[in-house]
Amino acid sequence: MKKKLSTGEMVSRLLAGDRRAAARLITLVENEMDDHHEVMSLVYPYTGKAMILGITGAGGAGKSTLTDHLIGKFREQGKKVGVVVVDPSSPFSGGAFLGDRIRLQSHSQDDGVYIRSMASRGYLGGLSRATYDVIRIMEAMGNEVVIVETLGAGQDEVDVIHIAHTCLVVVTPGMGDDIQAMKAGIMEIADIIVLNKADLDGTDRSLRHLQGALTAGSFEEGAWMPRVVPTVSTANKPEDLQGIDELAATIAEHQTYLRKTRAIDRVRYDRVEQELGLIFKDELQKIIFKGLKGTGKKREYINSIIEQKNDPYSVVEEVLNTYLLPWE
Amino acid sequence: MATIKKIKVLVTKVGLDGHDRGAKVVSSLLKEAGMEVIYLGMFQRPESIVKAAIDEDVDVIGLSYLSGEHLIFTPKVVEEMRKNNVDDVLLIAGGTFPAEDIPAMEEMGIDKVFRAGSLTESIVDYINDHVEE
Repeated sequence: MKKKLSTGEMVSRLLAGDRRAAARLITLVENEMDDHHEVMSLVYPYTGKAMILGITGAGGAGKSTLTDHLIGKFREQGKKVGVVVVDPSSPFSGGAFLGDRIRLQSHSQDDGVYIRSMASRGYLGGLSRATYDVIRIMEAMGNEVVIVETLGAGQDEVDVIHIAHTCLVVVTPGMGDDIQAMKAGIMEIADIIVLNKADLDGTDRSLRHLQGALTAGSFEEGAWMPRVVPTVSTANKPEDLQGIDELAATIAEHQTYLRKTRAIDRVRYDRVEQELGLIFKDELQKIIFKGLKGTGKKREYINSIIEQKNDPYSVVEEVLNTYLLPWE
Repeated sequence: MATIKKIKVLVTKVGLDGHDRGAKVVSSLLKEAGMEVIYLGMFQRPESIVKAAIDEDVDVIGLSYLSGEHLIFTPKVVEEMRKNNVDDVLLIAGGTFPAEDIPAMEEMGIDKVFRAGSLTESIVDYINDHVEE
């Protein structure tokens, strides 16, 4: 039987750094339980100070292994670290196999590290709306750095840019030429491109292609030029690891850039705008479906679309006119 | 509000037993049954298992044993759970055990033991029936 503490009590324990309170609150937010909104209103004043680092890239590129090393770097600086690792939910069963924690074990005994696995629960952009709230809970817990590692299904995993201050995209040699690298989408969101497994054949070529693609773009005077950092994140001997220190230094450099140029204000503004949009979308959908509930209208609309007597756009327009017209 | 509760299961192996096929097969089956499985892998210490269970707020811990270490490590995991007041998590074990060890394992604090050859449904049903809302 899960113990019932009041929401307020759990939040005050969270603010004192209690990991169990954090764990329970994250579940509550993830499951969209009834006091979800109340929790976030209580937590909100204690957020906004952490550095949020996004890590994305294709499966198997080495995101979790790199995250494990970066946790170590932040711990050396005495910073408490929260980590959210997102893996996909099965579109068939709704279940998930969350296997990132297995690579995040160097710090499994360290109380200054809080790691939470999340299933994407059907959101295609790689991050679910709950991720915003989970990050906030980790901030309120007292973590000075929050790392968000998200499943990179490929070219279109750009959600992470709306959440992170500094965005790492992890690639490996042999993932395509400069034409791939020039495509819109994932490569564009990178503040830092990590070319991991840089001991494999083709590293030099990949490095040239990535750098070539980056320099083909235009950048405003004084703007951040994305960097390519080659790394080797897995080695039999620690001295064979490569680029981890350089990566940590480049992240610090980007943070300095954000603060010095006030670019961080823009990042924060974009983040809140994006989040508001997501919440509006979800809440409006709930209001509308709730309004239709019990009237038989929803089924009627859906069937009329299936039978091609109607189309989705006309239905949405009709419903919006019915439910939202008084607001106009 | 629509609540979307999913059952969360931590699947892992404690000690030096290097056979993880069973743990992986059961993890896949639980995933297919709609549960969220956090796979912690092999060679875990009881402290790491319990800490991960707390951080991940799991409903169930599943221990897999295939090398006869079940009577040695089970009490250590149970003790670590007790020390950390983890009293609301279902503890199950699966693998190869002599039938006569099962009462001892249950005595130690395992809620349910599934021997090799158990039907998938029996594991899934047991978890569904015993995880409280």
